[in-house]
Amino acid sequence: MNQAKERPGITSISFKNKKTYILDRAMPLFLFLCAAVSIVTTIGIVYTLLSETVDFFRKIPIFDFIFGTNWSPLIAPKAFGILPLLSGTMLITIIACLFAIPVGLACAIYLSEYAPTRVRKIVKPVLEVLAGVPTIVYGYFALTFVTPLIRTIFPDTGVFNALSAGLVVGIMIIPMVSSLSEDAMQAVPRSLRNGAYALGATRFEVALKVVVPAAFSGIVSSAVLAFSRAIGETMIVAVAAGATPKLTFNPLESIQTMTGYIVQVSLGDIPHGSIEYGTIYAVGMALFVITFLLNILALWVARRFREEY
Amino acid sequence: MSILQDANREQISRRRKTDWVLHILFVAATAIGVLALMALLVNIMMDGLSRLSPDLFTNYPSRMASKAGLKSAIVGSIYMVLIMTPLSFILGVGAAIYLEEYANKNWFTRLIQLNISTLAGVPSIVYGILGLTIFVRGMHLERSLLSGALTMTLLILPIIIVSSQEALRAVPRQRRDASFALGATRWQTVSGSVLPSAMPGIMTGVILALSRAIGETAPLVMIGALTFVAFLPNGIMDSFTVMPIQIFNWISRPQEAFHELAAAGIILLLGLLLIMNFSAILLRNKYSKNL
Repeated sequence: MNQAKERPGITSISFKNKKTYILDRAMPLFLFLCAAVSIVTTIGIVYTLLSETVDFFRKIPIFDFIFGTNWSPLIAPKAFGILPLLSGTMLITIIACLFAIPVGLACAIYLSEYAPTRVRKIVKPVLEVLAGVPTIVYGYFALTFVTPLIRTIFPDTGVFNALSAGLVVGIMIIPMVSSLSEDAMQAVPRSLRNGAYALGATRFEVALKVVVPAAFSGIVSSAVLAFSRAIGETMIVAVAAGATPKLTFNPLESIQTMTGYIVQVSLGDIPHGSIEYGTIYAVGMALFVITFLLNILALWVARRFREEY
Repeated sequence: MSILQDANREQISRRRKTDWVLHILFVAATAIGVLALMALLVNIMMDGLSRLSPDLFTNYPSRMASKAGLKSAIVGSIYMVLIMTPLSFILGVGAAIYLEEYANKNWFTRLIQLNISTLAGVPSIVYGILGLTIFVRGMHLERSLLSGALTMTLLILPIIIVSSQEALRAVPRQRRDASFALGATRWQTVSGSVLPSAMPGIMTGVILALSRAIGETAPLVMIGALTFVAFLPNGIMDSFTVMPIQIFNWISRPQEAFHELAAAGIILLLGLLLIMNFSAILLRNKYSKNL
């Protein structure tokens, strides 16, 4: 279209049809607006969170929010320290990652280095199904299957506990770790493996000393993404982890996460503009900032430390 | 010489043993995922199959587990998809076409691209907060189907854009060149040649994104989808409920009977998602050879 502008003589020939001309000129603008929606969304998220959060910090000192060890915004005596929610979130996330990252990585190594093509063709779609299961279904699974299982082993476990929710969040993020790590391993050139095999290395030695180091940036990035996903997971913890914000690292106790708190508040009837209402935004802001930084970190690791062949 | 050989042989057998043990461990790790999926399915089937009856489709939610059904939730989910599909399709595919076919490779394009990949990682509940503030309160759409559908559209947009971009990128350069050589304008090339050949890939991505939206709960909890809707929504401004919200409500109740209902609802939901995923795979397999 730029050429048409530079050579007006041709314009009259190639754009005999006026509709074609207008469409060709208007479409880029329309398509650009579609792409701009994503920028507007980000601005919208940051703006809504920021404006209400600033309002919230006018009433509650930011220092009390970040370092307070008591979270009780709905019941007097009111306290607005986010640490209990943060520790709950971290407890869930750490359990999930301790479970999912080794399992997912082992799974990726198996699928990429050991598995015969036939097995791979069956197992990969099954893991993809696992990634497509709605989180509310995992919540049900945690509450009605995993929790009773844990309670037969540790009888004094609460009905709602961090361990059950954490393990199930782990199951949820296994496919993420395994498929992203496997992609990274598949990108390692065949010749590197063949070189190691030619020197007499076993398959395990090839996997551990050649493939994993070469794919390391992809693996780390998948782990960071999975970690961030676990922090933002909502329905599993809302169903199975409980609603008692407390500063504990005992996985058998009922806790509350940041996401779980937001759900709890939005289920109730909190008047718009109150301090309680503001807590949604302050907690949401904390959640957004943490996951956003982790996602950027994952992108950066994947790019910065990528081995080029 | 023979001592050296013996030492070597010992070392080799040790290394082989390590390889063998680790092999078993890797298989076991892989089995964990598969077994978890099986346990989940069996658990839900055992709880829910007995409650899977026509009543589930025809009854409204009720305080009594024996009478409760999913009618308003099923209809709500269908309406939601009907509003969401055209919106997310046009916006998502439009953005992908812009980025792949029109945009110059400058800092602004890179910014949009980076923004899309970070948006994909924003927790869904944050989208719920956005929807609550902008759509429900800011634009006074209230707790309506429209608010819910708009929020969900924003949520699945990054997924659709990324998968559509991949589909567009897979269209060979020559197809565009051929179209330009025949004197077609850029838009004629995109709409007449590139888009049709990328369409199966785009559709696959759209179906997968929609199936994600159907199962999504958290943003709609924020928007305030109701859990007790004893009527069918009449228009896009009516309040509504969807299947995952109703299931969440039933799970949250202490009575065992409601848990069985929830399991039956989950079977329905999973069945629906299975059909959608399966059709996406069929679509991919059917058309992937034609490129």
